[in-house]
Amino acid sequence: MKKNTLNYYPEKQGMYNPALEKDACGVGMVCHLKGHKSHMIIEKALEVLANLEHRGATGYDPDTGDGAGILIQIPHDFFKSVVDGLPDAGQYGAGSVFLPQDQSGRHSCEMILEKYLQAEGLEIIGWRDVPVDQSAIGELGQSTMPYIRQVFVASGSVALDALDRHLFIARKLAENEILKSDIEGKNQFYLPSMSSKLIVYKGLMRSFRVSIFYPELTNPLMTSGLALVHQRYSTNTFPAWPLAQPFRFISHNGEINTVRGNMNWMKARQGLFESELLGTGLERLFPILTEGASDSAIIDNAIELLYHSGRSLPHAILMLIPEAWQHHAEMPAANRAFYEYHACIMEPWDGPASIPFTDGEVIGAVLDRNGLRPSRYTVTKDDLVIMGSESGVLEIEPDNIESRGRLQPGRMLLIDTTKGCIVEDQQIKSDLAAMKPYREWLDNNMICLNEIAEPDGRSLLLDLNSDDLAAHQRLFGYSQEDLKIVLGPMAQKGMDPIVSMGNDTPLAVLSERSRQFCDYFHQLFAQVTNPPLDCIREELVTSLLSYIGKQGNLLKENPELCKMLRVNQPLITERELQKISHTENDVIRSITLSTTFEVGPSIDKILKEALDNLCAEAEHAVLAGCTFLVLSDRSCNKKRAPIPALLAVSAVHQHLVRKQLRTHTALVLDTGAPRSAHHFACLIGFGADVVCPYLAFATLRDLASRKLYVDLDAESACTSFIKAVNKGLLKIMSKMGISTLQSYRGSQIYEIVGMNSSVTDEYFTGTVSRIEGVGLKQIAEEVLINHKAGFETALPGAVELQDGGLYQWRREGENHLYNPATIALLQEAVEKGDYNLYQKYADLISGEQAKLSTLRGLFDLKKAAQPVPLDEVEPWTEIVKRFKTGAMSYGSISSQAHETLAIAMNRIGGSSNSGEGGENAERFRPDPQGNWRISKIKQVASGRFGVTSHYLINAKELQIKMAQGAKPGEGGQLPAEKVYPWIAKTRMSTPYVQLISPPPHHDIYSIEDLAQLIHDLKNSNPEARISVKLVSEAGVGTIAAGVAKGKADLILISGYDGGTGASPMTSVKHAGLPWELGLAETQQTLIMNKLRSRVRLECDGKLMSGRDVAVACLLGAEEFGFATAPLVAIGCVMMRVCHLNTCPQGIATQDPRLAKKFKGKPEYVVNFMKFIAEDFRRYMSEMGFRSVDEMVGRVDLVEMKAAVKQWKAQGLDYSAILRSVDSLPEERRCTEVQDHGISDTVDCTLIADAQAALEGGLKIEMDLKIRNVYRTIGTMLSSEISKRYGAEGLPEDTIKINCYGTCGQSFAAFGAKGLSMFVYGDANDYLGKGLSGAKLVLRPDKKAAYVAEDNIIAGNVALYGATSGEAYIRGQAGERFCVRNSGVNAVVEGVGDHGCEYMTGGCVIVLGDTGRNFAAGMSGGVAYVLDENGVFSEKRCNTELVDLEKIDDQNESIKIQGMIQKHFEYTDSPVAKKIVDNWDQMKNSFVRVMPRDYKLALKRIAAENSSANA
Amino acid sequence: MGKTTGFLEHDRKAENLRAADERLSDYKEVYDPVCEEHLRNQASRCMDCGIPFCHSGCPIGNVCPEWNDLVYRGQWEKAWERLTATNNFPEFTGRLCPALCEEACVLGIHEGPVTIRMIEKNIVEKAYERGIVKPGPPLSRSTKTVAVIGSGPAGLAAADQLNKAGHTVTVFEKDEKAGGLLRYGIPDFKLEKWVVDRRLKLMESEGIKFVCNLNPEKKDLVDFDAVVVATGSGTPRDLPIPGRELNGIHFALDFLAGQNRLTSSIEGAEQWGKINAKDKHVIVIGGGDTSSDCVGTSLRQGASSVTSFELMPMPPDGRTEDYPWPFWPMKMRTSSSHLEGGDRFWNIMTKSFNGYQGRLRSLTTVSIDWDKPQDGSRPKLIEVPHTEQIWQADLVFLALGFLGPRSDDVISRLGLDVDQRSNIKTGSEYQTDISGVFASGDCHRGQSLVVWAIKEGRECAAAVDQWLMKENSRLPLVDGIDLTAVKRF
Repeated sequence: MKKNTLNYYPEKQGMYNPALEKDACGVGMVCHLKGHKSHMIIEKALEVLANLEHRGATGYDPDTGDGAGILIQIPHDFFKSVVDGLPDAGQYGAGSVFLPQDQSGRHSCEMILEKYLQAEGLEIIGWRDVPVDQSAIGELGQSTMPYIRQVFVASGSVALDALDRHLFIARKLAENEILKSDIEGKNQFYLPSMSSKLIVYKGLMRSFRVSIFYPELTNPLMTSGLALVHQRYSTNTFPAWPLAQPFRFISHNGEINTVRGNMNWMKARQGLFESELLGTGLERLFPILTEGASDSAIIDNAIELLYHSGRSLPHAILMLIPEAWQHHAEMPAANRAFYEYHACIMEPWDGPASIPFTDGEVIGAVLDRNGLRPSRYTVTKDDLVIMGSESGVLEIEPDNIESRGRLQPGRMLLIDTTKGCIVEDQQIKSDLAAMKPYREWLDNNMICLNEIAEPDGRSLLLDLNSDDLAAHQRLFGYSQEDLKIVLGPMAQKGMDPIVSMGNDTPLAVLSERSRQFCDYFHQLFAQVTNPPLDCIREELVTSLLSYIGKQGNLLKENPELCKMLRVNQPLITERELQKISHTENDVIRSITLSTTFEVGPSIDKILKEALDNLCAEAEHAVLAGCTFLVLSDRSCNKKRAPIPALLAVSAVHQHLVRKQLRTHTALVLDTGAPRSAHHFACLIGFGADVVCPYLAFATLRDLASRKLYVDLDAESACTSFIKAVNKGLLKIMSKMGISTLQSYRGSQIYEIVGMNSSVTDEYFTGTVSRIEGVGLKQIAEEVLINHKAGFETALPGAVELQDGGLYQWRREGENHLYNPATIALLQEAVEKGDYNLYQKYADLISGEQAKLSTLRGLFDLKKAAQPVPLDEVEPWTEIVKRFKTGAMSYGSISSQAHETLAIAMNRIGGSSNSGEGGENAERFRPDPQGNWRISKIKQVASGRFGVTSHYLINAKELQIKMAQGAKPGEGGQLPAEKVYPWIAKTRMSTPYVQLISPPPHHDIYSIEDLAQLIHDLKNSNPEARISVKLVSEAGVGTIAAGVAKGKADLILISGYDGGTGASPMTSVKHAGLPWELGLAETQQTLIMNKLRSRVRLECDGKLMSGRDVAVACLLGAEEFGFATAPLVAIGCVMMRVCHLNTCPQGIATQDPRLAKKFKGKPEYVVNFMKFIAEDFRRYMSEMGFRSVDEMVGRVDLVEMKAAVKQWKAQGLDYSAILRSVDSLPEERRCTEVQDHGISDTVDCTLIADAQAALEGGLKIEMDLKIRNVYRTIGTMLSSEISKRYGAEGLPEDTIKINCYGTCGQSFAAFGAKGLSMFVYGDANDYLGKGLSGAKLVLRPDKKAAYVAEDNIIAGNVALYGATSGEAYIRGQAGERFCVRNSGVNAVVEGVGDHGCEYMTGGCVIVLGDTGRNFAAGMSGGVAYVLDENGVFSEKRCNTELVDLEKIDDQNESIKIQGMIQKHFEYTDSPVAKKIVDNWDQMKNSFVRVMPRDYKLALKRIAAENSSANA
Repeated sequence: MGKTTGFLEHDRKAENLRAADERLSDYKEVYDPVCEEHLRNQASRCMDCGIPFCHSGCPIGNVCPEWNDLVYRGQWEKAWERLTATNNFPEFTGRLCPALCEEACVLGIHEGPVTIRMIEKNIVEKAYERGIVKPGPPLSRSTKTVAVIGSGPAGLAAADQLNKAGHTVTVFEKDEKAGGLLRYGIPDFKLEKWVVDRRLKLMESEGIKFVCNLNPEKKDLVDFDAVVVATGSGTPRDLPIPGRELNGIHFALDFLAGQNRLTSSIEGAEQWGKINAKDKHVIVIGGGDTSSDCVGTSLRQGASSVTSFELMPMPPDGRTEDYPWPFWPMKMRTSSSHLEGGDRFWNIMTKSFNGYQGRLRSLTTVSIDWDKPQDGSRPKLIEVPHTEQIWQADLVFLALGFLGPRSDDVISRLGLDVDQRSNIKTGSEYQTDISGVFASGDCHRGQSLVVWAIKEGRECAAAVDQWLMKENSRLPLVDGIDLTAVKRF
């Protein structure tokens, strides 16, 4: 255990790493606008908390929640009644203190705290035990319950306005001392709060039990004018009292994606801290951020520091969570200056966040720049403001509602209780922006790189003759592929190259060759607990801008702080480098340090010494005042070789962070190494500020001059290359959910695979690395191999560069599992049904002859002393029922291929997967030959193509695809020309209109959202298993634990190396991890959490042989997926051209000329599955297992091969993977079923009441009272309609339900035709998602007096992925209205940001304002927006894919008018009435948003139809 | 694959054969030249496979997709560089190789494979035409000298590689001119001899010394640090049946070598060219490439008839289940010579030669059947009763393959060990039991294709270099998966 770190979680063990824990939650606040204190506020807040229960989770112990709590003003009246000698209100501080249960430990902690309080000049009034009722918490919570007391402190000699600051200092000092001590139970010591204004009651309990546990909360004397509440959903079920929220100033629903980097930067800045307010000896308070605490706790730490050093709470929060100002068309200049100034001193803490905060006087909340968490508020006529993650958390009489709103992306809601008013977002920001002349400060101090004059002097262009160029290319490990597949296409097309099929080459540490240093680094990505972003369609939130140079004192505000260099992007040209290295002024003082080392005979220490020297030189230079360190490997020659650039920059970065000098300087990298987006991403992710890739530029100039792979002039080629890298960087950042380069820099969002801890701890501190591997010696050897190749005189006729073979197989290149021999043998084996041939193939994959390629290649499976006779082992016919084919969409592969797989799997009782793309309903019945072509597994992916109620009900398993191995964290795109009519039909979209799958599911931004979708799908098909597909990465086990708590029935862990129809090359190679790591982590973490028995585990990703299956089973998998191998069985020869639609085998193509070449047969797939099962049985027999169940999770029978010959693999250590967590056999595999809690839902009643309609088709009408806690209403009822009446459903309005109140989430999700729901009230998120024909009407309660069109009535992401139906919404809807709609006709009176995003069909009419970025990625359908002042057309609409037009067609005019007329009829909307009444005039105020693609497609379809008719 | 849809736009179109009567009137190459556009179109058919099976099917590992791509892009110089990095003599393989690569071509699964061989040949010719080919002598010389005995493709490849590695190489050739089978065995209509001369001249200009008309004795070799024996497989298989002694029965190579000398007007050619098929009934026994060369040559000389016999059954037209793609299939192959005339018969065995006054007049054959035993052992030959047939014949050429190097050759002079098949015995590193003496090519692996000879020469050269320099050779070797070596059964 590391000393001096809090351990709220179990120790790091095996694959489990507590640093990867995640949480999310529900938040809420209640306050009185004028600050009137009452007990009622607390009561209401607790009621809010109870109504957010479903956003939290419980583990295996159902009585112990993940944590909940409340933050209120100091209840002076109450305290006075229980504490003697209390001064007047506001004259003292009260601390809420968690103490060790151990009495002496407790006493010691109290003494230390008192000591520091007194040292600060404060007087201890006394302590009080807080009465608690232990029965309110579960066993788990009790096991670690601290002793809970409160301390009361009088201001003593301290001025009242400084009281809180001194309390803060005393607390920090006490924490630090106790942490370093060896006091018994010190880990229980924690102060939820200590303040003169606020106090926190929290703990490890379920939300509705807070006031039972703390009975005094119900005491009428307990009063407050405001309250924050929080309900936590943590991925684990480990008890951690301190991590319950609220914290001292905030509560946080979200996740800080960049927390590792933020912590490092904060640590680095500490050296510059000076604050008059906090006084001298600031370093005693360090670390400011609590190591080992949650990201939420840490951001609270940072806010606390900024607050106590003199900034207001809103100011501090906007520094950490700025809105997306860089591309904001409507932002006032002063606000922009405010943000830009603060960008010089603080990088954004990036990630989804809804943060309610209070300092006791103001209370408010802020939302992240993307609006990735829901936040709804209501203001009542009796001056209450209620905000929560959901609307309806408090029941309010409709006639008491003053207004209803939501927090918008980047906006702040602030209530100043002292002034008794709501401060508008604009006001808050303009007030802050006016505090200082920020613009002037910037103009006078900041320098822009592109404005610096070009210095004279020598050129830094690397102009080499072709021999020298080739030598340099070899030196940096360039291959022919780098020119042909990487650099050339990047420059030519200005984008990261796209490839297809997965990765089947060895990990860097397993390769016999010298590999790029960056190959050891695997990108992490967002899944489940936070969403990846779409940096293309939602570009406005991203930024590559940064401010580099010497930073100032964070705790001060002065013009000095913006003496920085502004750079627009992280790649700089040689000319720009020259500017930096040859300019000297206020901002820039540079020095160039060589990152090369002398090649010598002893390579043991050569790199260590070089790095030591480099770090020492860097430190020296910084101390001497250099503000720009240029790290350059240009000086390589025969005698000097380059330190890998990533190693060099990270070593210097980490060294300077440790010395608290990092913020004194910029790190500029001048290097020959990087060329792909991944390389640059690694360099920046580990601390580089800017990079000049001189060799990539020189190579591009050479290619351009020879017109080889690049048909541009040299300069354009370089510019285009930079553009491509920028795009690639944005993509890599956004797959982690990070929007700005500033926060990405140094965030270390990677896992290192195959490097030993002496290297990773020293040079990549804090980065996950779990299996050891190469050390500096082997790294040096890899460099020297290239160095030798570079400078050795070539033989005549030798090729300048090696072929490479990393992407395309080459005999001289890297080993591939799929190669001519394995493919030829496998195809012949399955075609002839010859097991012996299969065996030859299997030997090449994993037998004695196999080359080391995968981690499992080094596994030794222990044979039993007494093998089980083969005929006693479970037969292959049983085993194959656990087999599945992978998710491949119809569209990515041809119908023949898709159906062949399905038929084969249905024959043997396994399952095939529909993939993302719907499924033709004809396949739900047997074909004329009696073959079943149905896919048992139906996938639900982010695009929701073809996901209807009918589709869902026809599944045995519903798979939520959170990520795909080949491109985790990314979306996809089916280009227009591939959307053939038959594809469009299945996907419920328009032919020839491109289809975009967004990177995130827009209804899953957090773990509680995923739990919601699981619930929705279970409702849509109660018989189906719900599975969640995750991709292996560090922390996937933790996520899986959260998913298990979210009630998934099955979790699939996919390896990073799985196939793909089209992915960026860097993702295929560098994102995600091998499944061995992810599966082992998941199994271990689930067992530790006692959750394993509730879920089944599945594994896929290059499973190619029976041995692979055996390994997966031993590591914990119960089911097994195959995708590439079955494709090979039906003819795939790994052309890797799936993305080009030119598959010559008729598999991955829709081109009829090629599709007819398909030669696969179901028999081949059956043979393949049979062979794999037979092969697997032999392992079972040898290892002594009769059944698969016995074998699951028996990792104790795996060892690492003793004698590893390969030179790099020798250092590997698998003990983490092979760790066996103590457990009973029934805890190692799935032995229980999840309780989905759908047997007593509202829908069960509805179904019973609707029998007449369901069975007899009679029209019925019902009334229903609803609340936010009733979720997913109407879905199960719809599934009954679809089950009986198919996709057609029932006639319109057959079942009409009138609902009163607030809709819970996912109201009417997948609502089927024939169902009509009329809501009087308001709605939460995901209203009508996946709507499948139903009619939806939403309007305020008739008694409500507020103006509907000015208020929010529906939450975010309404009508997501809807395929048909109608919706009429009187009032405004939140962000992402109608995202990925493909058929619904909807009328609404205002929408938030990103309206109609990715829409592909249907019609949306907006009778009011829209937010920003309307129509981003909209490729089909039409929208009509009322734009009376032109703001929409000018600023709010993203016109990348759409044209803005007027209504100019009579039929169209009639249709639109008709829809608005209906809207009026259903909702009584005065807005609609006015428009309809003045239609001829009003219609001119409408803008038609017309996707260009769609317009062309309509024309094309019309032409095709008329020619067909002619 | 600069063009991803090339294969959808263009069908396979190999070189055009010149009209049969025209080509029968000379010994010039049988193909018409092709234009650049044609080549680029054909090259664009290459699909740049993720796994280029062609590259695996080629014994020397030619990286066909790379140079197909470069040809499509018009980058002839780069194409030449990439091609010659794996193949010393693409001008030979481009004309003579049966193109194992094309059988493994992915496009060939469903349609005509890429015309790899044609493209290969034309890369060379374009390179010469455009002056791309320049002598590339080594930048520095080692102190080592190597003798290469035999100047066929294996010897030349070994010499070329050793020279590149900086050693001083002398090639010994027993005949008048260097080239071995390339010069004396292959008819001009398949390989015009200026192509060989052009290459030899280039090699000379790079520093290789050729000594012809010398079959070296031990004493000639004592000054060399290493010796590479590459004397080929010169012992033809005979057909010892009744009548074999009759006049008019010749080994195929004797016939071909004669005409080749005549075509090239080599001194003393008349002496060699006495065997002439003009107005004769010719029967060629054997069905391989040599047989086909005899057919073409006989037809050019003006034979009255040309008939060839093959003991084996007629192969199927295309692939069968026994030889699935991408493996090299046993299938019917028809050469340009076969198209020019003559008849072919299969399942036929010659029982006797019949003559008159010591001169061949006819031969007697019998039809045969092959019995395939269930147990998978070798098929048994069965004569079909009552199928004897008599064929008029004035000339018979025995094209039955080769049994191994000639025993009177260097082998005996140097005292080299041979294996059961009478090939020179070496260790895995091409070294014979005599230190410093290496063997490669047909004399080592038995008769085979030019491409195998080149592979042997290259590998042997690397072994020699390593042995001479006592360090890892830098001569490139092809490694990785070789489809021809994948054992299926």
